[in-house]
Amino acid sequence: MSTLDIWLTIVFLGLGTYLLRLSFIGLIGSRKLPEWVMRHLRYVPVAVMPGLIAPLIAWPQATGGQIDPARLSAAAVSLFIGAYFKSVIGSIVGGMATLYLTLYLIG
Amino acid sequence: MGADMSITGKTYWRGFRDGAPFILVIAPFGLLFGVVATEAGFNLLETMAMTVLVIAGAAQFAAVQLLQDNAPVLVIVLTGLAINLRMAMYSASLTPHLGKAPFWQRGFIAYFMVDQAYGVSIVKYEAEPDMTLAQKVAYYFGVISPIAPMWYGFTLLGALAGSAIPDEYALDFAIPITFLAMVAPALRSLPHVAAAIVSVVVALALSWMPYNLWLMIAAVLAMMTGARIEKWQESRA
Repeated sequence: MSTLDIWLTIVFLGLGTYLLRLSFIGLIGSRKLPEWVMRHLRYVPVAVMPGLIAPLIAWPQATGGQIDPARLSAAAVSLFIGAYFKSVIGSIVGGMATLYLTLYLIG
Repeated sequence: MGADMSITGKTYWRGFRDGAPFILVIAPFGLLFGVVATEAGFNLLETMAMTVLVIAGAAQFAAVQLLQDNAPVLVIVLTGLAINLRMAMYSASLTPHLGKAPFWQRGFIAYFMVDQAYGVSIVKYEAEPDMTLAQKVAYYFGVISPIAPMWYGFTLLGALAGSAIPDEYALDFAIPITFLAMVAPALRSLPHVAAAIVSVVVALALSWMPYNLWLMIAAVLAMMTGARIEKWQESRA
């Protein structure tokens, strides 16, 4: 790992990430998108985020990819509090508390 | 104008309040990145430059890991961009709400388009369709205000502390919990729930694929599911 490699990575990853973020909002701006596109865009949050974390919950790196009852129950509590009470902070605190409690009890 | 300003100001602080809970997870995650990058051999300037210029945790961790493995820079950058490809979807999804903002504002909106800013804001915009453009922009920057400085600050702290955080803190799980907390309140209708289930099932089934391809496929199929069910519900109503 050379200093040059580090800086090339920083600059190009930074620039590329910025362009991904700017892409639609920068280019399309106020032009109206077709209805079918809008219909799909409404589901971006629930389409991206659950998929992104599903493998992390099912096969956590910390346990070497083994299914972990502590992490599964923490995720379940977090999901329930978030969906039922619509509370972000309740969901975070409840999930982490469940994780620590079950790790303490099991581990 | 005065009244407008005060409403916009209130909206900014509502955003600030809604973003604040994420300090709980951003702080340990930033700390962890500072420690991991420093242990990998990054100096302070390099660690902070990456955190400020890339401002995307998952891609940063992946890049540091690959640099440590002496992977070619092209591979590292493409892997990081693949992980961040979801940001283009966020960008598209925010366009109907924020696309009319002046270009310089959209420039800053793009820079701060992290998962939490997007997730919290889009849920708000959809719950309150009467928000004006100025309020939507103010809310977005409100959400970001407690998050971005914490990300920089705790990365710095981690880089300075430099010592490993004990595994017992299970900080690997701060990220899944954050995403659950953001997405769970959005599961408010049948199409939303169905899209989320398709996303999870496809992601798990395809997670053997390289370059985060599995995530893109899962996301597209999930969006099609949501859109299709929504249309079907409308035609029955």
